[in-house]
Amino acid sequence: MTDIRYLAPRTLDEAVAAFAAAQGAARILAGGTDLLVQMRAGVVRPGLIVDIKKIGEMTEIVEPPEGGFRIGAAVAGATLAEHPRFGKVWPGVLEAINLIGSKQVQGRASPGGNLCNGSPAGDSVPAMVAAGAVVTIQGPGGRRTLPVEAVPAGPHRTSLAPGEILVSFTLPPRPAGSSDAYLRMIPRTEMDIAVVGLGASLTLQGGVVTAARIGLGAVAPTVLLVEEAGKALIGSRLDDAALEAAAAACRAACRPIDDKRGTIAYRTRVAGVLLKRTVAIAAARAQGGN
Amino acid sequence: MNVITDKLRVEDNKWIGQRTIRPDGADKVTGRASYAADNTMPGMIWGKVLRSPHAHARIRSIDTSKAEALPGVKAVVTAKDIVDFPLETSVMLGIQDMRWMCRNVMAREKALFHGHPVAAVAAINEEVAAAACALIAVDYEVLPHVIEIEDAIRDDAPILHDFAKFEGKPSNIAGTMTAKLGDVEAGFAEADIVVERTFRTRPIHQGYIEPQACTVSYSADGRATIWSSSQGQFMVRAMTSLLTGVPQSNIRAIPAEIGGGFGAKTIIYLEPVALLLSKKSGRPVKMVMTREEVMRATGPTSGSFSTVKIGAKKDGTFVAAKGDFYIQAGCLPGGPLRGPVGCSFAPYDIPNVLSVGYDVVSNRSKVAAYRAPGAPLGAYAAECVIDEIAEQLGMDPLELRLKNTARSGTKAAYGATFAKVTFEETIEAIRDHEHYKAPLDRNPRPGVKRGRGLASGFWYNAGGESSAQVNITEDGNVVVTTGHPDVGGSRASIANVTAELLGVDHGRVSVLIGDTASIGYSNLTGGSRVTFASAMVVTQSAEKVIGQLKERAAKIWKIDPEAVHWENGEARPAGPNAGQFPPLSLADLAAKASETGGPIGAGVQLNTAGAEPGFATHVVDVEVDVDLGIVRVLRYTAAQDVGRALHPSYVEGQIQGGVVQGIGWALSEEYLYDRQGRLENAGFLDYRMPVCSDVPMIEAVMLEIPNPKHPQGVRGVGEAPIVPPLAAIANAVHDALGTRFYSLPMSPPKVLERLDGG
Ligand SMILES: Cc1cc2nc3c(=O)[nH]c(=O)nc-3n(C[C@H](O)[C@H](O)[C@H](O)COP(=O)(O)OP(=O)(O)OC[C@H]3O[C@@H](n4cnc5c(N)ncnc54)[C@H](O)[C@@H]3O)c2cc1C
Repeated sequence: MTDIRYLAPRTLDEAVAAFAAAQGAARILAGGTDLLVQMRAGVVRPGLIVDIKKIGEMTEIVEPPEGGFRIGAAVAGATLAEHPRFGKVWPGVLEAINLIGSKQVQGRASPGGNLCNGSPAGDSVPAMVAAGAVVTIQGPGGRRTLPVEAVPAGPHRTSLAPGEILVSFTLPPRPAGSSDAYLRMIPRTEMDIAVVGLGASLTLQGGVVTAARIGLGAVAPTVLLVEEAGKALIGSRLDDAALEAAAAACRAACRPIDDKRGTIAYRTRVAGVLLKRTVAIAAARAQGGN
Repeated sequence: MNVITDKLRVEDNKWIGQRTIRPDGADKVTGRASYAADNTMPGMIWGKVLRSPHAHARIRSIDTSKAEALPGVKAVVTAKDIVDFPLETSVMLGIQDMRWMCRNVMAREKALFHGHPVAAVAAINEEVAAAACALIAVDYEVLPHVIEIEDAIRDDAPILHDFAKFEGKPSNIAGTMTAKLGDVEAGFAEADIVVERTFRTRPIHQGYIEPQACTVSYSADGRATIWSSSQGQFMVRAMTSLLTGVPQSNIRAIPAEIGGGFGAKTIIYLEPVALLLSKKSGRPVKMVMTREEVMRATGPTSGSFSTVKIGAKKDGTFVAAKGDFYIQAGCLPGGPLRGPVGCSFAPYDIPNVLSVGYDVVSNRSKVAAYRAPGAPLGAYAAECVIDEIAEQLGMDPLELRLKNTARSGTKAAYGATFAKVTFEETIEAIRDHEHYKAPLDRNPRPGVKRGRGLASGFWYNAGGESSAQVNITEDGNVVVTTGHPDVGGSRASIANVTAELLGVDHGRVSVLIGDTASIGYSNLTGGSRVTFASAMVVTQSAEKVIGQLKERAAKIWKIDPEAVHWENGEARPAGPNAGQFPPLSLADLAAKASETGGPIGAGVQLNTAGAEPGFATHVVDVEVDVDLGIVRVLRYTAAQDVGRALHPSYVEGQIQGGVVQGIGWALSEEYLYDRQGRLENAGFLDYRMPVCSDVPMIEAVMLEIPNPKHPQGVRGVGEAPIVPPLAAIANAVHDALGTRFYSLPMSPPKVLERLDGG
């Protein structure tokens, strides 16, 4: 029987110091909706838990003077949903985060936890990738930033160095005519894990796509930024040929496995279907629809 | 006395048919209800089971010495502590053979599936118990395993049991069952059209929320008390007695609230093990399964591999039906053959029938009952073939069924000659329902197709042994005790019946479930028998109580008991000739009980009979996302003859629950195994039962055609509703897509593959 120590520091420096000192025996606790489940299942047995929810920077939503948003890594999905402006600017990121679990889970689950858990099927990650989010990381060696797609390193692994904590997500300012969307395929309607998840972020000017990013989840060891799909859309009026080219790029990017949650053939095919559907929603939103 | 029974037949019942508040409701919604895992005792220790890591292995030896030496360990048991039932002689308890049960609770010669118990430990806490399990050294000789039916029945399949022979050879077909009527070959020769199809279904778990759990305290005087949740405390007592050798009189089984069973808790896993651990350690022992253990090693119900052939005349008249049903038993014999063999064709008047069931063992957890055991598997095949016959004949599938319904006097292949059949009424109820008449928008949006499907189903229903006691308390209220765990609202129904019979306010009646020491033997809560049987024994008990109350009033008034009427909860003189007395209430009579002859109360113990079968017809609309292969149920209407809905909410609940379980079976639930024979989806995330948002409001159409053989007209309702959904949904998917699926579940990858031409 191992004893577990619990710390809830008020500052990031304290948190990093404690986390780094424990040398791998520690775990960061945000909402705990992954961590506690994994502890119960005996998958992880931390000697120290560092709760980051008491640290101001990790739980706030800021609109910096230069535009965009900075979301603390431990902000709960429900808190983000209540923000008066975030969902208007980033409806796709918000819907992805809000898809996580149920009402109860939303009260706790955070985008930082979703990303650092390292699941290729994490719902908010493809939407964050599409959004072009940049994460701020702090560790014993100081602060650094990374594009969000550089964080996952494989199933349940991240590129965070020992002792590093994910601090926040920075989402860039949005030009007019921009929006985003996220869709996932799950066999059930709720309480399920994405078989494929796809985030799309677009900017349209006069009906022509001027910027596009596609994030694709659950079809490879990590969530993917599908650059070819974005390129296929840019410059187009989202005509069938452009959409099919983008869908083909998504299918080509898939490196899925056959498992209890879906077959290779199914996942690959669905990636293309979701590309078209998600882009259609993002485009309608960008053009003033909902 | 008969006045009361007659009164129940009239429309103005005061309590029967009312949606009264269920007696166990407040405790359940506030979390106060005490389930099996909620029990604790002073000095209690924890038991844990060591399970086989192999799907199939001979157990050469088990060395428990290291585990026993671990500080904190109080007892270890293995198969040698469980009573051995030699393979040569069958010892039955109900439908369970103790030869298989003793090997199921603890592997004996061989471990027969991944997760099969091989030993158990009791220790001061769960961690020590788990650590001790890891110290038990089992020497296994790993054997080749087999999981799927089609692999298990091949000539070169690994054989699980040397004793099982089929057609003279060692086989994984451990038994067969046949139902026969007329001459099928002659029947098919007369047919103008014959449709024969092969169907596959996967094993499905009952999916109860409450994992199996128990606490057992074995005292120095050789007496044991068992707290556990089950579908029958008397089954718990009897089976534990058989498997431990402790006489029934020395075991008291106390039923906890039950968090779902659906048939699976008609057998036990932990109780005998916990008893033996308690006996060895001298301490009360608690055992609680994890969800993973529940999924790996309890239930499920069978998967199946069936071929059904039906022949009809041009006008749609069925002339012959044949079914071959290969049913998974799990690792030990005893699959639910009776369901598909007897029920598949029973709703129809077919002169020539041959139904054969095969009990196929393989290296999976032994199956347990699940609502209408086996019947949905057979109905899936038969009702899909009927749909195809209707299509080929260009007939409305509803009219085809109406044309062929069994009627009073029809002989079913399983042996019964039906007295009163109310199948036709369920079809007519669907035909006349707004749902069936409503037009269906088949292509509401690009990429979306809709379809409508229909199917029917049959279940035998059951009577059997039940006991009840109705007591009048000293303050003039009523306590009813029955011997049946309440899984579906039976206490609420019994409260309604008692209030009606005694003419008292519902709030004055308490209904309790007795333990094995406080009430007479009562058979399982299962087979749709409990409301039928317990309402019968409670009615007879209440009638006796009313007789006593009339005698007491007669004594007080010094008149003949015959001259007393019991009305609205009061004794009154029968008429002016009987004399002029103010009425005596239940409270008045209770207050005078000691002076007039002692306590007032009566019990009845019966082997009830007269449970007429249940019929159901369902219609469903589905929507298919043709790009993702997702099938969703849009609308569902289920019509069933329920006899009399004593408490309509719980009758609806039974129907809705059965349908939802059927939806999961048809669309998303399945047991998945890896190459080593290990279950891959032993949890609710990947074993996909429907959640609330997956299903629409299920409309239950309750036809109240009284069962003439029951005092309130009750017919069992719990099983029939899970029988039609598999076929109804498959038929609806065909209606939407124009292609038929012959295997379940119709999961998105399977549907999309078909739409892509696979
Ligand atoms: C019932 C249920 C349903 C769910 N449904 C979904 C779903 O639909 N979609 C989905 O994607 N997920 C789902 N999840 C998983 C989980 O809720 C999400 O991944 C959630 O976003 C995790 O956030 P959290 O704050 O609870 O993380 P935690 O459990 O606190 O942390 C997760 C992991 O990340 C690490 N971590 C957390 N924050 C940081 C940080 N700032 N820096 C470094 N490491 C960190 C932790 O140490 C841990 O290893 C579900 C979980 C449950 C229990």
